[in-house]
Amino acid sequence: MTIYRDSRYNIDMKLYIPNSAFLGNIDPFLKNFDPSSPDVLEISANNKWISVHPMVLSMIAALGLTVDPRNIHCQKLEAKSRHYLARMGLFKTLQIPFETSFVSHESAGRFIPITQIRNSDELSGFITDMIPLLHLESEPARTIGYIVSELARNVIEHAEAGNGALLCAQYYKKSNAIRIGIADTGVGIKQTITRSHPARTDLEAIRLALWPGITGATSREGGTEQNAGAGLFFIKSIASINRDFFVIYSGGALYKLLKKTAAVKPRLHADPYEDRHSQEENLPLWRGTVVGADITLDQTAEFSALLDAIAGTYRAAVRERVKARYKKPRFI
Amino acid sequence: MKTIIIFPRTGAFAENKDIAKDIRVNEIIPALNNGEDIALDFEKVDAATQSFIHALISDVIRKFGSAALDRVVFKSCAETVKKIISMVADYMQEGQTPE
Repeated sequence: MTIYRDSRYNIDMKLYIPNSAFLGNIDPFLKNFDPSSPDVLEISANNKWISVHPMVLSMIAALGLTVDPRNIHCQKLEAKSRHYLARMGLFKTLQIPFETSFVSHESAGRFIPITQIRNSDELSGFITDMIPLLHLESEPARTIGYIVSELARNVIEHAEAGNGALLCAQYYKKSNAIRIGIADTGVGIKQTITRSHPARTDLEAIRLALWPGITGATSREGGTEQNAGAGLFFIKSIASINRDFFVIYSGGALYKLLKKTAAVKPRLHADPYEDRHSQEENLPLWRGTVVGADITLDQTAEFSALLDAIAGTYRAAVRERVKARYKKPRFI
Repeated sequence: MKTIIIFPRTGAFAENKDIAKDIRVNEIIPALNNGEDIALDFEKVDAATQSFIHALISDVIRKFGSAALDRVVFKSCAETVKKIISMVADYMQEGQTPE
């Protein structure tokens, strides 16, 4: 996505949807993002083909909702796959017209269009409706429901995002994978986490947010009565055990859990830096948080086995953190 | 013993923390304060998030200590629900620190 500043007015931004942006190659898309002065949004796209991760669509939708629909201008899209954006509900969400009529296909079994979730009840209703849409077996349905619930509740509880969470998902038959994106334009992870824990940078804040037992709601071990500080750790762990990508982008920082090959036996780590990952610190500022996750269904570990692995790591992490604060006897 | 049936409030996937809080604040803690024991009945609940279970029982363990687990029992839990409850019970006892 490239955003060009219009020097005449210096208030608009142009948004370019590339031909390909998935979690593995999403970095250039993010690096070209210029979020300053988002009063006017102009959307253009690759003329030949558009194939993007739901995270990209969630970002565009979340960003678009911060702009008056009268100030969102979309060029005539030429790519053959342009209807995909309409079918995912992008233009409807942004309240802008899509120039070409298209046949709206039944979404069951393939995708969850862009959905705005602003409160707890909307989320519960959405989760109930979501699983039949994706036509999943019970094990992957449990995993996907878990991920969506934890991510969206994070937004509802911590992000202070007026527009709530924007999420969508797509099933890819060829790779037998579900890809999920969720974006908000709230306060971002750094502001949330530093309420209780020191973090100098957005990346440090992301690292803390991924660490089990750390929540912005308290500095106390075990969290508060409502927050354990485990949601993002769980989701990263699910992706890690399944050897899938997981991306979190907030402020100017990006943390990307990298895909593992089948030869690598996945291990869970409390410290996200110990996982095989990439990171960026000086990306354009995203005011809020964006998360993208891939869940390859062939590899989806039995949820019960996932919990065993997660529980062990979580317990050890809490124990280590408590122990680190023990006072040591003084020997003189 | 007071029995609290979870399914009618959450459906098969227990993930709404507001509901967990409501059960904890309005039913579990008052009952324990009144000397009653509790059975949390998870029949027909296929899955629960760690956040839901944390919101349901972490403060109970924090307030009443490990003894809470002598007074609260978990009935008809699916395997994954059992594991999440055990995980929350473990880390709440592991991480007990003075306020």
